[in-house]
Amino acid sequence: MATVISNERLTDGVYQLRVAGDYGGEMGQFYMLRAWGAYPLLSRPLSIHQVHEDGIEFLYHVVGEGTELLAGLVPGEPLSLEGPFGRGFPQVDGKVALVGGGIGIAPLFYCAKQLPGCDIYLGFSREPFRTEAFRPFAAELTVNVGGLVLDSVDFSAYDHVFVCGPLPMLKAAQLKGFAAVEAGSRARVHLSLENRMACGIGACLVCSVSCRDGQRKACTDGPVFLSEEVVFHD
Amino acid sequence: MIKLSSEIAGVHFKNPVVMASGTFGFGREYGKLYDVSCLGGISGKGLTLNPKAGNSGIRVYETASGMLNSVGLENPGIAAFLEKECAYWETLDTARIVNLGGGTLEDYVLGAEMIQEDADKRLRTGKTAVDMIELNISCPNVKEGGIAFGVKTCAAQEVVRAVRKAVKLPLAVKLSPNAEDIAEMAQMCQEEGADAVSLINTISGMKIDVRRRRSVFDNLYAGLSGPAVKPVALRMVHQVAKRVKIPVIGMGGITSALDILEFIMAGAAVVQVGTYNFLNLRAGSTLVEELEHLMEAENIRSLDEIRGII
Repeated sequence: MATVISNERLTDGVYQLRVAGDYGGEMGQFYMLRAWGAYPLLSRPLSIHQVHEDGIEFLYHVVGEGTELLAGLVPGEPLSLEGPFGRGFPQVDGKVALVGGGIGIAPLFYCAKQLPGCDIYLGFSREPFRTEAFRPFAAELTVNVGGLVLDSVDFSAYDHVFVCGPLPMLKAAQLKGFAAVEAGSRARVHLSLENRMACGIGACLVCSVSCRDGQRKACTDGPVFLSEEVVFHD
Repeated sequence: MIKLSSEIAGVHFKNPVVMASGTFGFGREYGKLYDVSCLGGISGKGLTLNPKAGNSGIRVYETASGMLNSVGLENPGIAAFLEKECAYWETLDTARIVNLGGGTLEDYVLGAEMIQEDADKRLRTGKTAVDMIELNISCPNVKEGGIAFGVKTCAAQEVVRAVRKAVKLPLAVKLSPNAEDIAEMAQMCQEEGADAVSLINTISGMKIDVRRRRSVFDNLYAGLSGPAVKPVALRMVHQVAKRVKIPVIGMGGITSALDILEFIMAGAAVVQVGTYNFLNLRAGSTLVEELEHLMEAENIRSLDEIRGII
């Protein structure tokens, strides 16, 4: 059992949870969290926001019963963590852009800390959060509120573009990546998917992702996929 | 010394805790978290003759004390299973059960024959990877076959008879709670030579997204599992156990050793554990340990003392 160090409300419905314990992981990997008994039934997959010597941090948006229970946690309360799971963002060389939308900025902070000098693009539909925390690690920080942050990103200027955000943003990033490659860019676009999960370890197949080479698992083959591998359905 | 073991058609179960099909993959993933050879058995992910991509759209939705799933039998196909997973199954010291699904009668039979042939071939080199076939005539999430065979006894009879003829391996038939008469279905299986029946598969259910004015699931309906279904499962296991002489493998919403004893008292030979694996990734080892302690506390020396006493 892990213990809550802090659970701070950043803005409407967005919380930053810090948990004590020896937890690690790579950029883009996730943990399965639960802070309740048998109900709700499933644990909640949350990506690593950052790792400290004495613990680990998650950023989450309250969207249902599970995250609502997480939001009620106070320092000292126990919760269980399983992980780290999944295949995250790759260790890369070259010029990198991090593009996050809403709560999708969560895993990108851990990336920013490991990839100093990258350009960071953060988009929000309403009040932004955590943007100042990103600034020290960014060569350039672009924050967009109410618009489409992807419009600010010139994919051809980068070797790698890491994207995490809502589904429409991932689809748009994929199209933008295709267009960039067609125009001669060598940009590789990496998408972090947010599918519903049950087991989190690759056994139950509820998080299946349609890929060019067949069905893959978001929890173990992903959550990060090369954009050209993924086949989005309408 | 507490006796946890039992036998079904000559297959040894070291304890009654068997992992249910569809929740446990082929065991490898959980095998990284604990030694799955501590289990009574493993029923692998449901297989069909040809690979299946499964259903599109959302595949899981939580409900009060349960969950709906609409995976739709995504699986690598029998040939890929035999080639890629059986070598791992050879190394496991637990009852290994292949869950066989199908679309048509011919698919079921061809699939069953492939599994039997592979088992025969392995046996000639002194190896075994599969101890039993669990025939799935009851998946609610595939349009053809599956539940269509699982609802009407006469439709199921054809499949059970054909697969029984095709295999020598011990054969269990997995029954649907959506069957018109589940006890009659079980009796038919017994008459057709099945070695056991397992029940219940998920209960067909539904969830509507009011704002979008549509079902949450592309496949419209989905299968309900978890603690919510346990009382129904227990009642059906009891009814079936009263009707047939062949062993009953009981399942539905088990999350504790106490639940296991309920199913044994209702008449189950062994039980299967499914959805609980998602709540507790070490469910198998937790339950085996819990069960021994509970039996000691309840002064039960063998499951035979309490099996079917209700």
